[in-house]
Amino acid sequence: MTITLKDRTAIAGIGQTEFSKNSGRSELQLAAEAVKAALDDAGLTPADVDGMTTFTLDTNDEIEVARAVGIGDLKFFSRVPHGGGAAIGVMLQAVMAVATGVAETVVVYRAFNERSGRRYSVGIAEGIVTPDLIHWSWYLPFGLLTPASWVAMFTQRYMHEYGCKPTDLAQVAVSTRRHAVDNPNAFFHGKTLSLEEHQASRWIVEPLRLFDCCQESDGGCACIVTTPERARDLRHPPALIRGVAQAAGRDQENMTSFYRPSISHLPEMDLVAEQMWAMSGLSHRDVDAAIIYDAFTPIVLWQLESFGFCERGEAKDFVKDGALEVDGHLPCNTHGGQLSEAYIHGMNGVNEGVRLIRGTSVNQPEKNDHVLVTAGVGVPTSAMILGKA
Amino acid sequence: MLTAEQKQELEAKLQAYVGRETGPPSVGPDLVNEPMIRHWCEAMGDENPVYLDPAAAKESLHGGLVAPPTMLQAWIMRGMPMAELPGDGDDRQLQLHQLLTESGYPSVVATNCEQEYTRYLVPGDQVTARTMVESISEEKATALGVGYFIDTRTTFTDQDGRDVGWMTFRVLKFRPHEQPKPAEEGVPAAAAAPRRLRAPLGHDNAWWWEGIDRGELLIQECKACGALRHPPRPMCGECQSLEWKGRVSAGAGTVYSWVVLHHPPIPGYEFPLAVALIELDEGTRLVANVAGCAPSEVHIGQRVQARIENVDEELKLPMFYPVG
Repeated sequence: MTITLKDRTAIAGIGQTEFSKNSGRSELQLAAEAVKAALDDAGLTPADVDGMTTFTLDTNDEIEVARAVGIGDLKFFSRVPHGGGAAIGVMLQAVMAVATGVAETVVVYRAFNERSGRRYSVGIAEGIVTPDLIHWSWYLPFGLLTPASWVAMFTQRYMHEYGCKPTDLAQVAVSTRRHAVDNPNAFFHGKTLSLEEHQASRWIVEPLRLFDCCQESDGGCACIVTTPERARDLRHPPALIRGVAQAAGRDQENMTSFYRPSISHLPEMDLVAEQMWAMSGLSHRDVDAAIIYDAFTPIVLWQLESFGFCERGEAKDFVKDGALEVDGHLPCNTHGGQLSEAYIHGMNGVNEGVRLIRGTSVNQPEKNDHVLVTAGVGVPTSAMILGKA
Repeated sequence: MLTAEQKQELEAKLQAYVGRETGPPSVGPDLVNEPMIRHWCEAMGDENPVYLDPAAAKESLHGGLVAPPTMLQAWIMRGMPMAELPGDGDDRQLQLHQLLTESGYPSVVATNCEQEYTRYLVPGDQVTARTMVESISEEKATALGVGYFIDTRTTFTDQDGRDVGWMTFRVLKFRPHEQPKPAEEGVPAAAAAPRRLRAPLGHDNAWWWEGIDRGELLIQECKACGALRHPPRPMCGECQSLEWKGRVSAGAGTVYSWVVLHHPPIPGYEFPLAVALIELDEGTRLVANVAGCAPSEVHIGQRVQARIENVDEELKLPMFYPVG
């Protein structure tokens, strides 16, 4: 028997801590606060939770968070690997658990002191990210150690093949920043960014400049996945999960898939899109707003192509003239994204996706029937499409 | 390396020193005197007349010659015997250091010193010092190695028992990260110059790096179907054969993509650093550095040739040079 996951679950609650450069408290406390906030938002109590899921990179064990929050018996817990690629992978875990009846109410969470504690930007020299040392052995001696450097290698080739200009990358940063200016939770709240300021910012790894790279942040996010029937009786209108998918592509490496015939598109994200559209019966034409994982500006371009918003190589034209802004063709990252709100490994994007469906975003587009939310790029990855009940 | 129990035992012994004086008070062997002040000022290049010129000093607010405050500790030092004699049996600071040396923390480096002076010392004063172990840290991982910080506090008094100043002194007693030669007690271990990170080696990649050490750039070749693959894998993804050999590449290739590293700087690497994805003429790609031209001259389609070179005294890497 095939079980369809379409419309079998809904997000009933979202919660988060403040986002900062130094939280001043433990990662466990951030996780507990975010989970409690999500439960309060849903109008549920810790005793209602019977499942939990998070990233393999999260240092907070499910049972530690459960003890801290006062969550009781757990029937389901699981983890998803590969950094930000896990952001919707964890949603898929929750959806599968709830749709199959393994659990009724699953908390998804992610919390870290990524800025004041272990910073990912310093790269694998610090011995973080992965125990897959042999994989990294091909990059360590040559200095290719940081997420920015890996993404830059794809970016250079993409720009070369399609005539994408530095100012096209800047367009993504500038559009996203316009949203953060209105968002009190954003690091760049009230701080505008011009194309010229982007172009004048310092190099991180050519061809990426400072404002092509996301924030580093402390903070936590959580959301509650449960059945639509249950969600209907709770505090907020539910955000139905209409399609959700996860994929790793052929010849995939963790951030360094440099050996495929072409490195200027994302086969794993193509596969995610294909599965997600098939499950939901929807297409890119149905998407009213999107949360597109934006650890770096160029990865937004590649995903626009993977999800079919434009042809391969044409994203540079698609993003012009404010197309990604709240009143544009595809309102995108209305919270300011990871570039300008905070880097909570994509999970702040999940919360914003739910706000868009509820109609409560600080940059709320008029039409909000369907919202796309995607996760990490350059890694085995994932995405979902949310809809109104 | 100590077991958890051994470490607990060591730390209990260490903590027993905290709060105790390191031995009997040290009494300055000489009274504060003009010749020693003059020698100190010569050595330091200090020409302040209040230390050196009795007439000028008399006119100053001091009303006579005074000793430089920073000489405070000099008045109680024992001179050469300190370096030559093993020290008194009841010198607890020495015992503490020996305990750590015997427990696998042989090196020592002074990390902090603070002094405060209550009054100027004048010729004829006699200085007495009492030193106490103020605190010992938990085991700390530092850039130099793993070890314990020991803080001591020395109080200095005059012939009337009145305070003339105090000093805190912090040393790190540690096990160096790498020990090219045995570190000697009392000699700070020099921090090794940072070098490029080494490739961690295992079954699936060590043979490739051994090739580099011999001066050969290798490509893994499936013995069953002939497919080339890089980075190496234990099984052929095309035909699932486990049989393979290393084939020597001619090292000629083309830049497929490239980046220039600017930030964050990584110790051991010279920035800005050009890193390229090279497509070898045999068909596989690898990541390596481009040398022999400015980073700004690297471009997609550039023809390059590998030369295997030492980047430090031990590590060899393939470096790619522009040709034509």
